[in-house]
Amino acid sequence: MAKSDTPLLDELEGGKWPSFVKDMKQAAEKNPMAKDLLHQLELSYKDKIGHWKHGGIVGVKGYGAGVIGRYSDRPDLFPNVQAFHTMRVNHPTGWFYKTDALRKLCDVWDKHGSGLTNMHGATGDVILLGTRTEHLQSCFDDLSDAGFDLGGSGSALRTPSACVGPGRCEWACVDSLDICYNITMSYQDKIHRPMFPYKFKIKVAACSNDCVASIARSDLSIIGTWKDNIQIDQKEVLAYAPAIDIQKEVCDLCPTKCMEWNGKELKIYDEDCTRCMHCINLMPKALRPGKERGATILIGGKAPILQGALLSWVIVPFMKMEPPYTELKDLIERIQDWWDEYGKSRERLGELIKRLGMRVFLRAVGLPAVPQMVKAPRTNPYVFFWPEEIKKEVK
Amino acid sequence: MAKTDIGPPDYKTMLPPVIARNYGKWRYHEILKPGVLMHIAESGEALYTVRAGSPRLVSTEHIREICDMADQFCDGYLRFTSRHNIEFLLDDKDKVEPLIAELAKRNYPVGGTGHAISNIVHTQGWVHCHTPATDASGPVKALMDEIYEHFVTATLPNHVRIALACCLNMCGAVHCSDIAILGIHRTVPIPDNTRVPNICEIPSTVASCPTGAIRGDMKNKTVTVNPEKCMYCGNCYTVCPALPIADPENDGISIWVGGKVSNARSAPKFSKLAIPFLPNNPPRWPEVVDAVKNIIEVYATHARKHERVGEWIERVGWERFFTLTGIPFTDKHIDDFDMATETFRTSTQFKWG
Repeated sequence: MAKSDTPLLDELEGGKWPSFVKDMKQAAEKNPMAKDLLHQLELSYKDKIGHWKHGGIVGVKGYGAGVIGRYSDRPDLFPNVQAFHTMRVNHPTGWFYKTDALRKLCDVWDKHGSGLTNMHGATGDVILLGTRTEHLQSCFDDLSDAGFDLGGSGSALRTPSACVGPGRCEWACVDSLDICYNITMSYQDKIHRPMFPYKFKIKVAACSNDCVASIARSDLSIIGTWKDNIQIDQKEVLAYAPAIDIQKEVCDLCPTKCMEWNGKELKIYDEDCTRCMHCINLMPKALRPGKERGATILIGGKAPILQGALLSWVIVPFMKMEPPYTELKDLIERIQDWWDEYGKSRERLGELIKRLGMRVFLRAVGLPAVPQMVKAPRTNPYVFFWPEEIKKEVK
Repeated sequence: MAKTDIGPPDYKTMLPPVIARNYGKWRYHEILKPGVLMHIAESGEALYTVRAGSPRLVSTEHIREICDMADQFCDGYLRFTSRHNIEFLLDDKDKVEPLIAELAKRNYPVGGTGHAISNIVHTQGWVHCHTPATDASGPVKALMDEIYEHFVTATLPNHVRIALACCLNMCGAVHCSDIAILGIHRTVPIPDNTRVPNICEIPSTVASCPTGAIRGDMKNKTVTVNPEKCMYCGNCYTVCPALPIADPENDGISIWVGGKVSNARSAPKFSKLAIPFLPNNPPRWPEVVDAVKNIIEVYATHARKHERVGEWIERVGWERFFTLTGIPFTDKHIDDFDMATETFRTSTQFKWG
């Protein structure tokens, strides 16, 4: 048997977890781009360094986003990945697929690209991994005929994503799928034609378990919640009692200690409940979110670059969420207009608010200050007042 | 020319009939066994979900194989999760075990539910990115092979989310995961003065530095990097291609712990630095795998039921975390960026270790 020319990667074919090397070799059998990718990766494993050149600006007609250009720094060794661009394809909301749609996607990609994908990128897109510049337009044409469009990249609205929501979850307080799809369709222009100071991400989670990590991974986080009482089925609570130590595992772990259990009945003091979901998570058959439902809107989530990572923070404690989501979209547009006007180049929304202050932000977008926005009031006395709040000096 | 601005296919056309019928009317769910969920609707109808692991980087052939199984067992319906697992959606309980048998035959792990370790959210690495300090697919495969049992069972105090990012752009979920693996550099970028004037915009390069280590050198139309102020984040290279930073011997991996995004019990938390540096050691990164396994084992032994990694550490104290895991504490663990003093211990309440 001939000696393998990918000895390092071959070691990652063994083991129980599905191997990406197996997939790369599968694609390499049929496709010279995938074959050169495999061998360039082997060189990276040997050299302990990446072998992609910096950047690359490519795209399709009509759009400024959706394609990530990439060029090999060793085209002498790997000519088939000299250009190896990624196309981001907007996934169906909730990542639901019928197999005929997925097969169409595979057919298009086998025709124009490397045959390798990521299912999915962290923002949610289908990642078509590796094609040449001259294939981009024809690939996009075929994708469009198959009913798929590109997702976002660059200083644009990125592809919004949502948790599974009412599709398969009894905790869904809002229709995360419909909100996400509605936003995606309403803002096609903002996704495809970068027009902002920097990227802007929106994620929709239907309850505060936050299964799309919206609070950490989006500039605008929409998280489902309720205003009235948790619905309790006492009979089902009792039925959980043999399997769960309700005092220890439910009441004692409640962050606000607003629950009482006497061995027969569970009492919740809802005015003290912060809707963390712990009790509902543990006893889904017995406890359900309240009936008056909507979402909390939070803002500013991002990774460390430039001034440190941020988790999104509350700007609207409760908003009703009914199609066509006019109140939400009005707010999104006011926020983006303000950021577009005042944001510096490559300044995320969270950093702009940090720089200019919540006070300025709230006034600009027309939101009232409420205590739900802070963990605690400020401790320093360096307080700004608006000019109109000050009595004018009498000369 | 292609039709533009059509957006994604309407998700409503992709929903299995049992979901379309019971949309928004689910009553409760149960985890029947690792990897298998049952959702019961108010109508009494049941939906069964079988969750299988995926390497995320998949070939079209692999996707077609998934489609074949979905056609055979699920009338052609499936979905992917926010952690890149595959979910087969069935309305017929009798097809669940045959599907699992087929998945076993084709070596798909079934699991990732409940108090388990589900898939590792990860990034491009050396496969496709130009700024990585490590690979993504390789370390993920090496680690999942070693902690495979935690994917197919659910015996931990709570679920443990693991994420990997190949540089500190932190694409994905590294800053908010129970355990996070992060590629880092340790050497200062050297400006290529022949290329900076032609391919870089100097003001945006200067503005890209979080610590103000970069200054414009207007006379030579280039920039200078102050090595005492540079902490090797690599953001200047993102903005200016003539500032390469990758260094095979000094690039590597740092390990972070204690982040979460859910609001259950405690508020969402950032991950915090546990291990400042481990070497890149392809193809199996043994130092990284051992370090993560150690943290998982110590957590599994000491945490109380339902405690996430961060909740456990905050209960026992960080000094106990370092003692229990045997991880050395260094000057690198002490924050020295913006707002650093907020992380200092401004009380006499501490344990001796």
